[in-house]
Amino acid sequence: MEESHEPHAHHDHGKHLKLYLGIGGALFACTAITVWLSYVDFGSSRANFIVAMIVATIKAGLVGAIFMHLLSERWTIYRVLLLTGFFVLGLFLLTLLAFHNPISL
Amino acid sequence: MEIPFNVTARPDTGLYNAKVGVWLFLASEVMLFGGLFSGYLFMRLGAEPGYWPHGLLNVPVGTMNTFILIGSSVTVVLAWAALKMRQFTQYRIFMLITILCGITFLVVKLAYEYPQKFEHFGAFIKKDALPKYEKYLGNEYLAGKGLPERVEITGHLHNREALNDSNVKEYEVALDPINAEPTDPASDRPHFWPKPATEKMVTIEKEDVQYASVFAPRHSSYFAIYFTITGLHGLHVLGGVIVFIYYLLPVSTALYRQNPEHLANRVEVAGLFWHFVDLVWIFVFPLFYLL
Repeated sequence: MEESHEPHAHHDHGKHLKLYLGIGGALFACTAITVWLSYVDFGSSRANFIVAMIVATIKAGLVGAIFMHLLSERWTIYRVLLLTGFFVLGLFLLTLLAFHNPISL
Repeated sequence: MEIPFNVTARPDTGLYNAKVGVWLFLASEVMLFGGLFSGYLFMRLGAEPGYWPHGLLNVPVGTMNTFILIGSSVTVVLAWAALKMRQFTQYRIFMLITILCGITFLVVKLAYEYPQKFEHFGAFIKKDALPKYEKYLGNEYLAGKGLPERVEITGHLHNREALNDSNVKEYEVALDPINAEPTDPASDRPHFWPKPATEKMVTIEKEDVQYASVFAPRHSSYFAIYFTITGLHGLHVLGGVIVFIYYLLPVSTALYRQNPEHLANRVEVAGLFWHFVDLVWIFVFPLFYLL
């Protein structure tokens, strides 16, 4: 196959290189911010926990959206992920339910 | 046999088959790690006050490993983009960097972080013996500040035979700074830079100890889940590295010569897996190192 077999795609990917590097930089920055925030006292360990998880979720979102191309993916994959999200949330909910036992003896 | 739709998209899904396959695999991986993370949550929420350790891991090293893993996520996506632009040499360079990052991550974990934990010792003191060790725990000081009490004395165990020999009646421990100076306000919260054990020795009677161990999985539910999740994560990193090495072998070069888009698709699905491994680490790092 010729080297210049997809000239259009070639141009597209060239444009994306800066985006990938930018997202990498943002992830580095978020990591530094997470570490820094963990030494800031937000009043309770629960508050620190929530802040750290918010930053981690932002990082995970960037990885998923840009590196894993979830911003522009096919519905087949969105459907799989919606089901996964549903079941994994159910998993966490069941775990948390264990601490909320309405039947006390 | 020719496997269909490994380069062109299948009309009904709009995707080549490997991509559907890897996403289904990643969905099962989410459930696998989801189960372990909910186990973490369960044990952490159920831990008695003072029994969920904080600040026992090496944060600078963990931060460095996070940077390494994120960096490798960038290079793997650049390797894929280089293939898409048919720049084979650049693809090989980025792939090599990715592999080196993965190996560095594993070496730091296995040759430095884990062994360092196995050198570290902790003894949980029985409730009724806590006042006896007050000058190493500083619980009156902590109570005055509204901080949770300390029930464990940590440091470097000098008589290691005490772990297995029931004739040895005490542990001789070179204290960590937190137990050497428990009322120093600088010890209230963990530090970024870990401090080595001090010269200050203490003898802890075995009969005052509820439970003692080096920082191995048996030490506590914290280290049990730490080694389980990071161990499984490490196996994923190893798996990714092996696949990436395959992509640099002559067999992959031959595939590139034959059909570059096919190799690009292979790199894309392995890259998706690699990003997922990075994603897991993004949660592992704060949950175990920082919180």
